[in-house]
Amino acid sequence: MQKMRFSSLAVQNFLLTTAGTLFFTTLILLISGISPLAVYQLLFFGAFSSPSKIADLLMLAAPLLLCAAGLTLTFAAGLYNLGIEGQLTLGAIFAMLPLRLWPDLPPPLLWVLAFLAGALGGSLWAASTASLKIYAQVNEIFAGLGMNFLAMGIALYLVFGPWQRIGTASMSGTEPLPNELWLPTLPNLRLAPLAPLLALSALGIVWFLLAHTKWGISVRATGLNPIAAENLGVPTNLRLFETLFGCGILAGIAGAIQILGVFHGLIPNVSSGIGLLALLIVLLVQAQPTWLLPIVLLFASFAIGSVQLPLALNVDSNISGVLQGSLVLFALMARGIQERRQKKH
Amino acid sequence: MHLAHHVLPTQPLSARMTNALALVALADSVKPFLKLESCVKRMFRSFLPKFGLVWLSTILLLAACSSSQSPTSNLPTVSSTTASSPNPDSAYTFGMLLVGPNNDFGWSQAHYEGAKYAEAKVPGTKFIFVDKVNPADRPGIKVEQIVDDLVNKGAKFIISNSDDFKDGTREAAKAHPDVLFLHVSGDDQLTAKAPKNLGNVMGKMEYGKMIAGCAAALQTKTGKVAYLGPLINDETRRLVNAAFLGANYCWQNLRADKPSEKLDFSVTWIGFWFNIPGTTLDPTVVANEFINAGHDVIISGVDTTEALVEANKATKAGKEIFAIPYDFKDACKQAPAVCLGVPYFNWGPYYVKTLTALKAGSWKPSWEWLAPDWKNLNDLDTTAVGFLPGPALAAENKAKLDEFIAKLAGKDFDLFVGPLNFQDGTVYLKAGEKADEKKIWYMSQLLEGIKGKSK
Repeated sequence: MQKMRFSSLAVQNFLLTTAGTLFFTTLILLISGISPLAVYQLLFFGAFSSPSKIADLLMLAAPLLLCAAGLTLTFAAGLYNLGIEGQLTLGAIFAMLPLRLWPDLPPPLLWVLAFLAGALGGSLWAASTASLKIYAQVNEIFAGLGMNFLAMGIALYLVFGPWQRIGTASMSGTEPLPNELWLPTLPNLRLAPLAPLLALSALGIVWFLLAHTKWGISVRATGLNPIAAENLGVPTNLRLFETLFGCGILAGIAGAIQILGVFHGLIPNVSSGIGLLALLIVLLVQAQPTWLLPIVLLFASFAIGSVQLPLALNVDSNISGVLQGSLVLFALMARGIQERRQKKH
Repeated sequence: MHLAHHVLPTQPLSARMTNALALVALADSVKPFLKLESCVKRMFRSFLPKFGLVWLSTILLLAACSSSQSPTSNLPTVSSTTASSPNPDSAYTFGMLLVGPNNDFGWSQAHYEGAKYAEAKVPGTKFIFVDKVNPADRPGIKVEQIVDDLVNKGAKFIISNSDDFKDGTREAAKAHPDVLFLHVSGDDQLTAKAPKNLGNVMGKMEYGKMIAGCAAALQTKTGKVAYLGPLINDETRRLVNAAFLGANYCWQNLRADKPSEKLDFSVTWIGFWFNIPGTTLDPTVVANEFINAGHDVIISGVDTTEALVEANKATKAGKEIFAIPYDFKDACKQAPAVCLGVPYFNWGPYYVKTLTALKAGSWKPSWEWLAPDWKNLNDLDTTAVGFLPGPALAAENKAKLDEFIAKLAGKDFDLFVGPLNFQDGTVYLKAGEKADEKKIWYMSQLLEGIKGKSK
């Protein structure tokens, strides 16, 4: 009986969300005088139209999945880790360090060092947020936002200052890394297979930790009711710190991917909004690790599909943002409606 | 174990997922639909009255914005118009990446209009483009990705218009060896980094900037000229130095009042070709700082027209401030009352020449630096660089400016002649030494006498 109830609710949720999203996006497109069908065709299928598009899709999905997996940890502990953008940025900055300090080391060793450094940078940044939350009672949302600004400031300072190209001060970014330091890609594609592999392993680890360990149970207890959990002997502050720290590690690795596999150098906007997009995704799936992968792929495919919009249809790529955003809004609304109904019953 | 009982969902996560999937597979499809119906009803009854209004007003607002904005809309107006070719499929397609919007009254619009001009002049060509290719408008999207799309649309020749695209264009050219590339303002040909299918071009804007500097020095009353700089590199230092040389020459030799004090020439760099909030300095703010510090002429080096707009505002508020925009021939139109003139790029004739050569199969990638047509600086069918005097330039100053332009057009006159020192006191050109092209192209510092950062 309970199984059936859950199922019908899920279908309702799904249908309501999809219908609401499509209705809203279509309305906006119609008002702008754009053919919705043509836009949807590109948004839904554009990312799969050629091998190079699929490669771009995976290279976007990899850091996105890393961030989303990290955020699943923090959401499980009841934290809204808005500082993820800064954690990714710091990861990217730290990943640059070994590449700049010891460029003559063998590339595989440098990659390992860069990933480790990235993880360190991201986790240090997350640890600062955690410390502010635990010891100074600063809400993690505000602490994270502050740390984001700081991270952006550091990136800008480095790009315009000590790491600028010789004789140049431009936000174009640092001199590109020598080709041999780029993560190896499949021939003729911009796909570095290591990136999605890392992301998938991260997802696997997060899923295992949350679903199959005592630690995961205590994290979720912290998220559901910290006072009760504390009373039951869960070290809730430690759990908050650990999940933020873990999220920082994953975001930092995502930052290292942006450096080694995507931009091949530091640019001020190295995060490109990936952390915020991951937040949307985790909101949408309510931090269930099992749903992360499909939704990450879906959102990444919207983003890659939308690249063609201006050229093909004279439509701004931002329409993919409208679609992603309204998807989350309607999902939250559908849930809200159901909760109200359940309370009434 | 008590704990686990309370907090764990009744089913493991994987089972829940299977459930959800099974549902989608229409296991019990009727019931949910019935429930959905009641749910939608409920939505109309309870939910829509409350939130519907908010949504509706948002949508109406958006609609109002998009319709009222349409002439200068921020949406990229991307077209793929066919030229007079009867069969568009056989047309020679060329693509362009623009760093800013194609209606920026500056750098990007100059390229856009040059390409439209060429498309109209060379039969059987088709122009496609993507504008606003920059990390603020299209975060995370790389030059290579956009080039892929242009090539997919049939482009056989691709022009990338920003120094910001240098690395991306090189990578794209390597990835598409069958497509020809032209990187504007780049130097991959000079540094031997260019693959075989990549050429560079630039206009000799230093002359336009000398004329701009001269106009500024002739018109200033406070003796303080400001330069609103974009980012710092060889190109922008070259242009600031050229403006300074022009200004200094006219200040010392062409002013009727023969000023004894030195001309104050200051530059502030914003960090990119246009404003990116939170990343660059805001050119509007910088322009006002100039005005408050007593500069009464602002020469713009950025792609957009903030200097002109702010000069106009200050003038309306009772001050007398002038500006010299940059890049695009019609830039003065935004505020003619304070515009002393505009040095501009005119890419049309060069694109016509290039497309004709491409169609004939005779185009060879190289490094080209296009001189103005000195016979008539403003002949739009021939010149690569021009200067259109603006309505605000006083008549007697206009006459002197023409005198200066005539001197520049002459064979024996040059301003990049020693003795000239760099800001740090090192020698740029010894007495009597004339700078060759490379010494002008690769400008490692600002010149002595300019206030502002060299790097």
